[in-house]
Amino acid sequence: MASTFYTEDHEWVRVDGNEAVVGITNHAQEQLGDLVFVELPEAGRKVARGEAMIVVESVKAASDVYAPVDGEILAVNDALEGSPGLVNEAAEGDGWLVRMKLDDATQLETLLDEAAYAALVG
Amino acid sequence: MAKQLPLNAMHVAAGARFGAFAGYDMPITYPLGVMKEHLHTRAEAGLFDISHMSHIEITGPESPDLVSRACPYHAVQQQQGTGRYTYMLNQQGGMIDDLIVSRLGPERFLVVANGACADKDLAHLVALAGDFNARVQHIPRVFLALQGPKSAMVLARLIPASGGLTFMQVMELDDGTFLSRSGYTGEDGFEIGLSPEIAEDFAKALLQDPHVEWIGLGARDSLRIEAGLPLYGQDMDEKTDPVLAGLLWAIPKELRGGGDYIGASALAEIATRGVSHKPVGLKPDGKAPVRGGALLFAGEAPDSPQIGIVTSGGFGPSCGHPVAMGRVIQSATLAGNQIYADVRGRRLACTIHKLPFVPRNYYRGD
Repeated sequence: MASTFYTEDHEWVRVDGNEAVVGITNHAQEQLGDLVFVELPEAGRKVARGEAMIVVESVKAASDVYAPVDGEILAVNDALEGSPGLVNEAAEGDGWLVRMKLDDATQLETLLDEAAYAALVG
Repeated sequence: MAKQLPLNAMHVAAGARFGAFAGYDMPITYPLGVMKEHLHTRAEAGLFDISHMSHIEITGPESPDLVSRACPYHAVQQQQGTGRYTYMLNQQGGMIDDLIVSRLGPERFLVVANGACADKDLAHLVALAGDFNARVQHIPRVFLALQGPKSAMVLARLIPASGGLTFMQVMELDDGTFLSRSGYTGEDGFEIGLSPEIAEDFAKALLQDPHVEWIGLGARDSLRIEAGLPLYGQDMDEKTDPVLAGLLWAIPKELRGGGDYIGASALAEIATRGVSHKPVGLKPDGKAPVRGGALLFAGEAPDSPQIGIVTSGGFGPSCGHPVAMGRVIQSATLAGNQIYADVRGRRLACTIHKLPFVPRNYYRGD
């Protein structure tokens, strides 16, 4: 049974067992505007919570996306190379960014649930 | 605390997303989004609120002399009803600001200045006015730009006389509205200075036309980069002289070797000596945008020499690829030449590209 968490940096984390799919929230893509490029990490890279692991570039600016928890990148969404706009169209679906293995599932307890995130972005 | 534009409520109602620029809360994008806003402007007519820009009027018998002192051109000979791209220099030849100066009458000029420079420009001109029989005054206005191929048709319905203007011609209407056929997108279009009392109704009337959409500062930036137009504060500043900025064309030839304007002797010296770098267009070969501040290198290897810097860059929606402008050493400026930009520690290949990236569609008459 998958469950979804959120960060204050506007990432979503959909957890299934000890793996998670990570993306930016719909609110975040609205704020960024049309994306034109997504710089994804290499599979196999170890990331620490809070580390900048992805860069999303809109027409106007580049923004970092941070690792929500410690772990290892298992796969990236290759479709974004040709279609970065997928993030705008479906930020919390087909516009996912990376799949990662969790080092420590207890870190998830410090993330926000859907209601808390909704309250954050008002 | 950022100031609000006089038409702020209209932008809020239109669903704008705001950001701080030049001391104002400026609409950056509208619900259409920067990509569609950009493309709409190239295809139809985009309406921009650029009221952060400052209008300064210079009047009096010696107003032409004051302008000729502040700006390196013959304002005395400037034809009434024309606007001119120029700038103000400091004593070192650095650019205080770039401007459009329009001649409204024998003893009347209008300076349109960048918003971020408004206060220093006004202070500079007011100080100069002490030496001349002339008066310098800030004019509070709402300043709108209507840009794109449908602009002339749209504006003719509201201001029939607007069709008589060609690129860089200006006029005043009976109600004091200032109208100029000019802009910052590379497209045909107009810039319209309105008294705040009538501006809202005027903007609403424009927006009733189905060809017209509000366009934010985000698209204004991508449009001007594609058109190869420099932005003060980004592509040049007080430490940049017009030779280095590639803007010497705006000075009449006979004034490049000296004159009575401020900065003349410094500029003459710079022009004689020459400059090491030259502005160029840059087309990143990949999909990653290369933005202002990125350093440029001759090669991909970490030890290859630095040969320049990116001054502006982003994505060009009409081009369908990233676009940038920068300055590189003279020997590397040939179109087609490949150089490398450092982006987050990686060397990204870029090709020197002639400017503009898209054709400029100014209306110069039938």
